[in-house]
Amino acid sequence: MLGGSAGGVTALLCLLETLPADYRLPVVMLLHLPDDRHSELAQVFQRRLALRVKEAEGGETLQPACVYVAPPGYHLLIEQDRSFSLSREAPQHHSRPSIDVLFESAADAYGAALAAVLLTGANQDGAAGLAAVKARGGLTIVQDPTDAQVPTMPEAALALHTPDYVLALPDLRALLKELDKSPC
Amino acid sequence: MAPERDIEIELRLLIEAIYLKYDYDFRDYSGASLKRRVRHALVQFECQTVSALQERILHDPNAFMQLLQYLTIPVSEMFRDPGYFLALREQVVPLLRTYPSVKIWVAGCSTGEEVYSLAILLREEGLLERSIIYATDINPRSLEKAERGIYPLEAIQGFTNNYQKAGGRQALSDYYTAAYDGALFDKSLRAQVTFADHSLATDSVFSETQLVSCRNVLIYFNKTLQDRAFGLFHESLCHRGFLGLGSKESLDFSSFARAFEPVSKHERIFRKR
Repeated sequence: MLGGSAGGVTALLCLLETLPADYRLPVVMLLHLPDDRHSELAQVFQRRLALRVKEAEGGETLQPACVYVAPPGYHLLIEQDRSFSLSREAPQHHSRPSIDVLFESAADAYGAALAAVLLTGANQDGAAGLAAVKARGGLTIVQDPTDAQVPTMPEAALALHTPDYVLALPDLRALLKELDKSPC
Repeated sequence: MAPERDIEIELRLLIEAIYLKYDYDFRDYSGASLKRRVRHALVQFECQTVSALQERILHDPNAFMQLLQYLTIPVSEMFRDPGYFLALREQVVPLLRTYPSVKIWVAGCSTGEEVYSLAILLREEGLLERSIIYATDINPRSLEKAERGIYPLEAIQGFTNNYQKAGGRQALSDYYTAAYDGALFDKSLRAQVTFADHSLATDSVFSETQLVSCRNVLIYFNKTLQDRAFGLFHESLCHRGFLGLGSKESLDFSSFARAFEPVSKHERIFRKR
């Protein structure tokens, strides 16, 4: 699961563009963007990625070798059976979709089998979610604030808990490739 | 992770208790979002555990009614997704016009924003006077608000923008008067509306309809309950009747995928085959 806000498009492209088409782990990416710009996101990423990219749909089960994009205007959650659900609950940290909502539900569904990455961004969303992932035994990674285009979001996360890794994008990219090789 | 497992158990017990005591059936709601809302309620109720909350609501109907406000999602706006209303106006209304009288079911109407939106649209198309709108929801407090038709003034600017994008023919302000820090919508708009308590989880069909609009309700249901709801809509709709869904809802994963054909795929408007 990857969450980002301001500067997130560039960071996510950098991370995902080198992943091979047969990358086993399902990848879910959530970006804060204005609703109208958001709708083109899956197509933009598909043009640059080897992996299949699609917008996450309610009721759909997460599959390997696919990057799921959180749709605009809804919260995206993961159910116990590892399928997606959507919600129109009020925004969290002025954000819908919210990274906290995604990470907290994913932590419940995946427990220790989850890796959550928090990237560049200008608000506090994701910090509590990342702490929830950690509490359930998942792997937590925060982009190094000095490497982030906007450091507010990584800094907020670091203030709340100590993640397993604090990495700049090139090292983070290498780690994502490694994760696919570890058993889970 | 014992405490998390405990919460899962407590949550199931709470939902069962609500069903047994109050006949509200949340058993086939999507778990992740429901859990969030119960967690939020725990804070508001100052309860340490879900079990404590269960005890409270089991013995105090008022507390349950309060909890129901957290379990349902009363977030709505007028002419939400303007493209949907534009498509209704351009592609569905011309066919509704061919019926001597039109019955419409707004399922899960929440606080009524969509009901007034539809009523305005029908009035502008000259159809309101021969229409009946059934507006149903499980939350009695939402229904009361819907019947009052008063919305906060700060929401009106957004509603107005939506109305214009939805092909509105006048000014939205023609339909309300500013009063009590709110916009009070013209009560003639609801002269043709019947507000009623109805659950897609436990109740059955009550009327034949030409159009069912049920938006951002099914996203909270699991597949079983979605199928039940689609079954009700299918049964209620007349031959070649219309079904409108929320912008991220589809029939694709349901047992009714082949029972409907798209009218506007993008705006999620379907027609019974």
